[in-house]
Amino acid sequence: MEIQTRNEANTTVITITGRFDAVTAPDYEKKVQELIVGGDIRIVVDFAGLDYISSAGLRGLLVTAKLLKAKGGQVRFANVAGTVKEVFDISGFGTIFQMDATVAASLAAIA
Amino acid sequence: MKNDMKCIAAKIENLNGANDFVEEYADLFGLPAKKKFGLLLALEEAFVNICGYAYPDGEGEVELSCAGNDDVLTLEIADRGKPFDVLSLPDPDLTLDIMDRPIGGLGIYFIRTLSDSVSYRRENERNILRIEFKRSQENPAL
Repeated sequence: MEIQTRNEANTTVITITGRFDAVTAPDYEKKVQELIVGGDIRIVVDFAGLDYISSAGLRGLLVTAKLLKAKGGQVRFANVAGTVKEVFDISGFGTIFQMDATVAASLAAIA
Repeated sequence: MKNDMKCIAAKIENLNGANDFVEEYADLFGLPAKKKFGLLLALEEAFVNICGYAYPDGEGEVELSCAGNDDVLTLEIADRGKPFDVLSLPDPDLTLDIMDRPIGGLGIYFIRTLSDSVSYRRENERNILRIEFKRSQENPAL
């Protein structure tokens, strides 16, 4: 999985590409923890390039969402689609995260 | 289709090697994309489980066997750890608030939901999880 970050409208946009699995989930958790330490607690995650997610990936998303919540931060997910969306739905995770159709919609909602 | 087999050390970082082995077999077999996604997800969940729990006292291996007969691709995932039927784990309570929900049972829930058939047996000192995917039949969950 490739993880890239950029700043947009006082929010950090994290772009994840490839596989979000047991091997790569720790990379994601580390990246979000670094952002939190740096005071970046408004986060949008762009799923457009993500092909695959497992329970380890969902766990990574949950752990970091809890950390952000504890720090008074926010996280929204954009472009969750296809089979990745179906994994969210099967697990019940689809209903608990804030999801938007586009990054722009996530940025607007978080502002 | 000819059977294929691979032994891999039970370490999380070897997941990619396990994934490549099974994906190649699935492509030769002609498993449709959504079924292949389910197969690879089931593989990861079983593989990670073995890495985490099968060999608490040291190192061990995961044995992967693929077989393709008529319409059915069968993946068997075996370890030589102490007897443990992963299918004995209860499904997670999907109605609980996600923040309070233990996440442990989710992997086996995915295996159950995404496969066409799954069974466990203990044979020759090995735990064997057998997962079947049919080429033709749609999975209603995906």
